[in-house]
Amino acid sequence: MIATIARREYANLFLSPLAWTLLGVVQIILSWIFMAQIDNFLLLRPQLMQLENQPGVTDIVIAPVFSLAAIILLMVMPLITMRSLAEEKRSGSIQLLLSAPLTLTQLVLGKFGGLLLFVITLASLLMLMPLSLLLGTGLDLGKLASIWLAMILLLGAFSAIGLYLSSLTANSTIAAVGSFGVLLMLWILEWGSDNPVIRYLSMLNHHRSMLEGVFDSADAVYFLLVIFLFLGLTVRQLDSERLPR
Amino acid sequence: MTETETDHPLLQVRGLSRRYGDTLAVRSVDFMLRRGEVLGFLGPNGAGKSTTMQMLCGVLAPSAGEVLIDGIDLLEQPREAKRRIGYLPENPPLYRELTVDEYLRYSAALHGLERAAIAPAVARARALCGLDGVQRKLIGTLSKGFQQRVGIAQAILHQPPLVVLDEPTVGLDPIQIREIRDLIKSLGERHGVILSTHILPEVQAVCDRVQIIRRGELIYHAATGELDGSSGNGHLHVALRHPPTADALRRIPGTRSVRALPQAGHFEVDFAGDEVDPATYAESLARLAVESGWGLLELTPRRSSLEDLFVALTTSDEAA
Repeated sequence: MIATIARREYANLFLSPLAWTLLGVVQIILSWIFMAQIDNFLLLRPQLMQLENQPGVTDIVIAPVFSLAAIILLMVMPLITMRSLAEEKRSGSIQLLLSAPLTLTQLVLGKFGGLLLFVITLASLLMLMPLSLLLGTGLDLGKLASIWLAMILLLGAFSAIGLYLSSLTANSTIAAVGSFGVLLMLWILEWGSDNPVIRYLSMLNHHRSMLEGVFDSADAVYFLLVIFLFLGLTVRQLDSERLPR
Repeated sequence: MTETETDHPLLQVRGLSRRYGDTLAVRSVDFMLRRGEVLGFLGPNGAGKSTTMQMLCGVLAPSAGEVLIDGIDLLEQPREAKRRIGYLPENPPLYRELTVDEYLRYSAALHGLERAAIAPAVARARALCGLDGVQRKLIGTLSKGFQQRVGIAQAILHQPPLVVLDEPTVGLDPIQIREIRDLIKSLGERHGVILSTHILPEVQAVCDRVQIIRRGELIYHAATGELDGSSGNGHLHVALRHPPTADALRRIPGTRSVRALPQAGHFEVDFAGDEVDPATYAESLARLAVESGWGLLELTPRRSSLEDLFVALTTSDEAA
């Protein structure tokens, strides 16, 4: 049941030109950054050679690209998630799901599953750029896997937040603006604060440490917590709309 | 029919209520539906028809009361109960960007049909709803009538014992309305159907029973057969060229009341349908008119007793 909804959600994303356009735009921008980063690396190489424990191409080229990708996708993901539930509510097609023999949890997990499939597609497409370097040089594949996983966890959290905002309204534009606001807030949270709790809440903070190749389970747990929290809130929201007030 | 099927009615609703803030949209509604029955659910706009239907299908949770579908409690075992329902909401829940077939296959999977059962179920529903030929078209490009049919196909796809249709003929042209009515009639032979509408002839055309809801309360409930004169009252519309006084008409045996209409020479005659045969009564009226030289222009039986009833029931104590 969850898989049925997830497949539909994933396919629906590609029925409109929006997902294609966003994939294309993100890919073009990031490949430009990627190229600039490689130029940088070639420029710096003589100096790097003299270092004792020299950082590899993975650290110098790939990590910064994905760090920037996180920021670009922070702006893009709300556009992907905005229609998920809001559009169903606007058109009334959500009644099909609500009257079908499935629980709200299955419904929300299905919706999230579809978004997650999109996120995995997106992360894997972006991964193709660094992998192309394998043609000319060696790469730290473990680090690369960690970067890929970090991307999926981060975008998964973005999706869960976007899904929740999308469940709050029947207007997809409001859902997009709302989730962009929340994501931006979670990002800039660490500015001007030394409070460890607030620093812990900051999303990009966790993403950054994963990019450095330190796959700390605490960071992964943070993202999973965010995902489960917002999926839970979404179920609650849908349920409260059924209940009498 | 097996033992268990005859044990309990297909649908049993008890004390169903729903509150929106301070207003009670549906108050303590009770009714039931047997297999092979079409129940018409009538009421003015905003009377609580759609709310009741949404509660029957689990889209809204009731404030109080219970819904048993095939003996299964909708609130306690929602998934089991929902498997037995096909629901067409007021606005068909369609995805405009899917083709008819894609949409029906998705709905079938959502209703828990096995992978192997999906294709035959889709083909069957398509044939029943006259959708063969448009299966590859995008739903968004179909006319309103076809979209409505796709909505109905979605509701009967998994062959649910209970089919709930919320205003299925709204926005259709007369030919489409007739087709949809025929479809509903044929559905009523195998499924239990609840049909909400505010089109009165529709109820008389397809329903076995009718109930009227007003401001959240069920105020009337009867079999449609009882509505046509056999309930005790006969109605005739009479037009005369040289009208006598209304008293002259009252002399006909069996007359209950005579009302002069604003149009000169037009009368509404009520007679006791349970005492005199309607045909005999009409005959004696016609004979009297000829003998007295009233110049009979028009003598029509009035059948729209449901409309009278509806108007009387839903407006009677509006001032109260």
